[in-house]
Amino acid sequence: MTATAISLRGVSKHFGPVRAVDELDLEIADGEFFSMLGPSGSGKTTVLRLIAGFEDPTAGTILLGEDDVTRRPAFARDVNTVFQDYAIFPHMTVLQNVEYGLRVKKVAKAERRQRATEALETVRLGGYGERRPHQLSGGQRQRVALARALVNRPKVLLLDEPLGALDLKLRREMQIELKEIQREVGITFVFVTHDQEEALTMSDRIAVFNEGRIEQLATPVELYDQPASAFVAGFVGTSNLLHGEAARQVVGEDGTFVIRPEKVGLGPESQDVPADAAGLCVAPGVVREVVYLGASTSTVVELDAGPTMTVSHPNTDTTIDAALERREQRVVLTWRRDHLVRLAEPVATEKETA
Amino acid sequence: MLDRRPGLRVGLLLTPPMLWLGVAYLGALAALLVTSLWTQDDFTGNIERIWTLDNFRQLFTVDVYRTITLRTIGIAALVTVVDAVLAFPIALYMAKVASPRTQRLLVIAVLTPLWASYLVKAYAWRGMLSADGPIAWIANPFGLDTPGYGLPAVIITLSYLWLPYMILPVYAGLERVPDSLLEASSDLGGGSWTTIRRVVLPMAFPALVAGSIFTFSLSLGDYITVQIVGGTSQLLGNVVYDNQGAANNLPFAAAVATVPIVVMVVYLALARRVGALEDL
Repeated sequence: MTATAISLRGVSKHFGPVRAVDELDLEIADGEFFSMLGPSGSGKTTVLRLIAGFEDPTAGTILLGEDDVTRRPAFARDVNTVFQDYAIFPHMTVLQNVEYGLRVKKVAKAERRQRATEALETVRLGGYGERRPHQLSGGQRQRVALARALVNRPKVLLLDEPLGALDLKLRREMQIELKEIQREVGITFVFVTHDQEEALTMSDRIAVFNEGRIEQLATPVELYDQPASAFVAGFVGTSNLLHGEAARQVVGEDGTFVIRPEKVGLGPESQDVPADAAGLCVAPGVVREVVYLGASTSTVVELDAGPTMTVSHPNTDTTIDAALERREQRVVLTWRRDHLVRLAEPVATEKETA
Repeated sequence: MLDRRPGLRVGLLLTPPMLWLGVAYLGALAALLVTSLWTQDDFTGNIERIWTLDNFRQLFTVDVYRTITLRTIGIAALVTVVDAVLAFPIALYMAKVASPRTQRLLVIAVLTPLWASYLVKAYAWRGMLSADGPIAWIANPFGLDTPGYGLPAVIITLSYLWLPYMILPVYAGLERVPDSLLEASSDLGGGSWTTIRRVVLPMAFPALVAGSIFTFSLSLGDYITVQIVGGTSQLLGNVVYDNQGAANNLPFAAAVATVPIVVMVVYLALARRVGALEDL
């Protein structure tokens, strides 16, 4: 096990009666790209602000490496933040912005200048030093914020939904670029996002937050293939949930089960169910909706057993006419029994997909 | 019909205020300037419509007028500095520290003195500063005394009178500074003082200049406060008032009155360069 960059021990943060963070234990390893994923109000940003020092925890201890920083103000912590709104100082040039951290730490001017120029090159903004922030695009501003944080060579870089304001294409590019930069500089990144795709793309590990607690902490693959709860299954990707009577009928067992849309096969009702039926689940139903998504097509099927399921197929054929014609037709869904994930907890609410 | 003709509608809406601005406001100023170029018959006291620069020549060559002009500008500048120094921490506390409830209460507290009459407040300070007033009563045990009536009293009283006009624009300016900028400064290693000096003050500077336009111009034109607490000192306003009233020399009064106008035009031009006019 590598060294620990951040440890949270029993950390709580209450805002009046609201428990934004509730007795949280968390260890983030050195050099890790760690994401905190969750819906708004789940406490992920509060955890980030607690690590940065913008909020004082109601209870618990925060360690940076071996140091207890729980009561240390933000300016005395060896972490830097990339803010959601970038928080670029509008009255300074790009270079002055990037130099700011070194300047207040009284680093000599020559070294300051050199390191700031290097940092701007790392984020591919070489030659932009003399620009004013208002002359930059959203993506460029985002990079300035990144350079301004990286130039201080912090132990940990905290990123608060830094890609949220960018358009989809730029966001995809920046995701890959951020990951590259992280590998280059080798700093621990703690990344807050509500975008599950973003978290899956970039992270070494992901903590899924819900109501101030961590619902599951795992690698992207584990999170997607072995969701620990209905919440995680619903929040990370699309999933079909089977429980209660439907589970008994379709799966033949009691419990709550999850199956991913792309793992389910769809065929006409007349098709023969394969011989090794023991390894397969079979569920007849009626197609209610066909949604064309470019790369794939989603088909919503209402099972005879009750619940609706979403089935996803790549559009390998040139047309989807065949799929569209299935609307209101009877079909049979099949999937491998070992693709089913059994959830430990019972499901309280009637939520099929999220 | 008005719905279909937006040009006509805007025209009807704007004509009265534009007339007011053009005739009553700028017209009066123009009349003043023209009057300052006329002269007065010393014997009859009537205005003679002869073009002359004598009034201005007198204003710039007679020592006492030059002294009064510099004194007035100096006092206006000092009042502005005192107000800026007092207003900045108050506005900063209101905008960035206080809870929303305290914030509202403080805004009301700052505005409340504006409801009281100017004269009442000036006379209140006359009482405060008198030899047996509260200031003397507090200061005497420490071996100090009230500054009495004179220029210091004028600066104190004017600073008090115009303080709200400084606090409000600075407060509004600081409100517009996003909290994340202060957090970013702290995150990058800046303590409170560094953050105030390097981020808050530069960003609040246009607002401070906007506030100073009020404190400076109001001080420049004041003549009542100085009569009440100023002892024997005179400011430009008094010269205008005396020439207009007692001496009935309207042309010379008009010439004196152009001085603060010119000073203010220069001041506004400078303020425009730092972008303060967007903060009004």
